[in-house]
Amino acid sequence: MSTPTLDKHSAALDAAEDSDSHTITVTFRIRRFNPEVAAEATWEDFQLELDPKERVLDGLHKIKWEQDGTLTFRRSCAHGICGSDAMRINGKNRLACKTLIKDINPEKPITVEAIKGLTVLKDLVVDMDPFFQAYRDVMPFLITKGNEPTRERLQTAEDRERFDDTTKCILCAACTSSCPVFWNDGQYFGPAAIVNAHRFIFDSRDEAGEQRLEILNDKDGVWRCRTTFNCTDACPRGIEVTKAIQEVKRALITRRF
Amino acid sequence: MSAETTPVNDATSLYDADNPAPVIEAPRKRTGKTPKTTRTNFELYGWLFMRLSGIVLVVLVLGHLLIQLMLDGGVSKIGFAFVAGRWASPFWQAWDLIMLWLAMLHGANGLRTVINDYAQRDNTRFWLKMLLYTATVFTVLLGTLVIFTFDPNIR
Repeated sequence: MSTPTLDKHSAALDAAEDSDSHTITVTFRIRRFNPEVAAEATWEDFQLELDPKERVLDGLHKIKWEQDGTLTFRRSCAHGICGSDAMRINGKNRLACKTLIKDINPEKPITVEAIKGLTVLKDLVVDMDPFFQAYRDVMPFLITKGNEPTRERLQTAEDRERFDDTTKCILCAACTSSCPVFWNDGQYFGPAAIVNAHRFIFDSRDEAGEQRLEILNDKDGVWRCRTTFNCTDACPRGIEVTKAIQEVKRALITRRF
Repeated sequence: MSAETTPVNDATSLYDADNPAPVIEAPRKRTGKTPKTTRTNFELYGWLFMRLSGIVLVVLVLGHLLIQLMLDGGVSKIGFAFVAGRWASPFWQAWDLIMLWLAMLHGANGLRTVINDYAQRDNTRFWLKMLLYTATVFTVLLGTLVIFTFDPNIR
């Protein structure tokens, strides 16, 4: 009898239909800019079928692969580690690869635009050079004096815990490009650079903390922070950015007095 | 939905791949040429001053408002005689002098911060700050002069 096979087949079909019925129609409202076409950026709407459990990045892929191949955005690992796809989704800086459709109210159009405070080159791609310049300027690498030890540099668990939070940074620029001080004045180091300075300032193995503190003591350093907590809210890794900045401020003051 | 139907294509005559539109540069962006650290503690002291003067000002200003507007008949008691009577005492002279200096410097430093945050062009920034410093110095000096040279027999 062929009935069992038929049953199995229809069950599979049912499952397929079932998963189909899970999709909903979502509108993506994307801020498009192409200097080769026009000088102004414009909003463009895309309608697509998505499972609410999918991510915003899946939607962008679907648009790029099926509707408009000219849509330009950065993404590399697509799993929240490389930090390439930070963008402003519904007015908040997030990673497109970590934002589920169901978490951002798919009933209304989902707005997607480039992160602010950096030059938009095309669509969602910005010029990250000033961001990485600030990162470079805080010397984000181990600096030591004296002879190199013959074995690894050991550290207690407590010493490691001291800067654990700031080691999580993936340099996605979500914090720096959510900072109102940075929007208005790109000379400010920005939260990300301070977080990465914090990671070495409070590392017991590093010996250039003084130098880094001196750099951040400058007029474009930590004292420009207005503690608006935008950076802490934006960080996709959950780093307490404002707290890290505050700890650098405290280190500067206790060093002086 | 596709690029053909959007009005942006009307501008194709103006820009193409060889002649792209200018991008909007971020204000005062950081480059390799950004000056390195100046090694002063000015911003540190400024930040600390704001916190400390703020605490003192809460007492001074609220006390001032309480005395001037609420106690002993409130605002109607204030007149030349009242001010003359208060400034006869060195305690109130010191109170007003400290309040004047702290409030003016606190406010000026706050405005300096606002100007630094919001003025985009270096020229605007410079002249706004010059205006601020002039106004501050003038008010502080005038106030200090009045407190020290106040003559109750002027009438």
